[in-house]
Amino acid sequence: MVSPNEKSIYVIHSVESRTADPESEENGLIADDSEETGEKKRRGRIVAGRILVAVFLFAGWELFTRIGWMDPYYWSRPSEIFRTAWVQFAEGTLLRDVAYTAGSTLLGFLTGTLTGALLGLSFWWSKTYAGISEPFLIVLNALPKLALGPVLVILFGIGFFSKAVLAFLMTVVASALSAYGGVKSVDPALETLMVSLGAKRRQVFSKVVVPWSMPWIISSLRINIALALAGAIVGEFISSEQGVGRMIIYAGTILDINLVWVGVFVLSILSMLMYWGVVLLEKWLSRRLAVVPT
Amino acid sequence: MGEACKVEVIGVSKIFRREGKNVIALGEADFQVEEGRFVSIIGPSGCGKSTLFNIMAGLMPPTTGDVLVDGKSIVCKAGTVGYMLQKDLLLPWRTILDNIILGLEVRGVPKRQAVRRALPLMERYGLGGFEEHYPNELSGGMRQRAALLRTILYDRDILLLDEPFGALDAQTRFSMQNWLLDIWKDFGKTVLFVTHDIDEAIYLSDDIYVFSPRPGRVRAKITVTIERPRKPEDMTTPQFMELKHHLLDLLAEGRVPAEGIS
Repeated sequence: MVSPNEKSIYVIHSVESRTADPESEENGLIADDSEETGEKKRRGRIVAGRILVAVFLFAGWELFTRIGWMDPYYWSRPSEIFRTAWVQFAEGTLLRDVAYTAGSTLLGFLTGTLTGALLGLSFWWSKTYAGISEPFLIVLNALPKLALGPVLVILFGIGFFSKAVLAFLMTVVASALSAYGGVKSVDPALETLMVSLGAKRRQVFSKVVVPWSMPWIISSLRINIALALAGAIVGEFISSEQGVGRMIIYAGTILDINLVWVGVFVLSILSMLMYWGVVLLEKWLSRRLAVVPT
Repeated sequence: MGEACKVEVIGVSKIFRREGKNVIALGEADFQVEEGRFVSIIGPSGCGKSTLFNIMAGLMPPTTGDVLVDGKSIVCKAGTVGYMLQKDLLLPWRTILDNIILGLEVRGVPKRQAVRRALPLMERYGLGGFEEHYPNELSGGMRQRAALLRTILYDRDILLLDEPFGALDAQTRFSMQNWLLDIWKDFGKTVLFVTHDIDEAIYLSDDIYVFSPRPGRVRAKITVTIERPRKPEDMTTPQFMELKHHLLDLLAEGRVPAEGIS
């Protein structure tokens, strides 16, 4: 292209292409493989370690209460607790109590989260309405709802309903604030896009605002399930005929320490199960809605 | 000439009020675009190009003037033109296919029918096989393709493209330009294209409008006569360079006094 008498403004270098070395590639694969098995080994060690720690804790508890380093009158001991639990399951009302507590917790959790989410999402429709509501929401959030327990029992009776209401109150405001946080963070450019496609407000809401806010709503689920359980248990503490919370209070008054510990363990297990349930629910919702992890 | 025009922009200006002061975003813009033309708008940042597009897309009213499409005013009528913004704005929770049919869905076209229309387009314009992928799994160029197909499928005679390739790297950008020219040839739409890139404007356009800095006005109209279909080699011909020089001069003319003032 460039004639010799013209001054060229560029120089073309020839570059030899390097051929890939097949052996080195293979080595790379082997290295990857060993890394993976190393990861597996580590995971195995972690699980084994966890089991070991748990065994040591319970064995130590049993041992110390037997040799008198810990007073079994307060601490009971694992074998006693296990026997009491067995008796309660087989002959007592433990299963019914667990179902009662779990039922009011779940009812409060589901209705509270759903109502809260809808309330939070509704703030998208009007900035005036949202502006008026926001301070009330924040005050309600700060209010210790458990302190309302006695009032609720008077209002709704000592049955199942008052516990569910307390669990509902524990979750509804937090859930509304989360959903509102999602609504406030919607990318205005997406709303512009929808309008440019001729979308009505209802369509902007259902196709952009709701799915956009879902991660916020979902992230409030884990906290809410624990809050709902606390609400239900406190409700039972105050006044109830059934439930694990009532069982603990009853056992405490008759100084049956074993039974108190049974209640604590049963509640821990219930709490864990519900937490896992919520994690599964989260995963399912995220998959269904294709929520992109950020 | 008035009747042959697809789009007429008549004395359109936009004045915003900010903190009690009037800010002129767009000084009266006047121009016409004939049906099926590819028209680019270039100008310095802040010359009101995006404001003009927002007005033409019916998203905001102009302070003065009118925009006519086929002789009818489209002021504040969103949805009469296809509008594509610089960001691809794909909804991250929808698959590419579901994103592309969004416009049809909003218009109430049944999903099955919308999909039937979208699939051949995706196949033909390089998105085949990506139907069920999510936007975060695609490269910037592919996402931009999806966004443009969404606009195409929305099926309006006029497309407003606001710097659609601004965020892409040079090579992707070049392949996207050719891809856009293919689409434009196939669909015969009237295209208005905002860009900062002079090469891009010359390579793509029939006409180029040069805007002056804020408050933006039409400074010049230049018709590009390079034959179509255009080839990458066209970008290195002396005529291309000459035109590029001319456009650079036009843009520079506006810039110097503006910098002097601010």
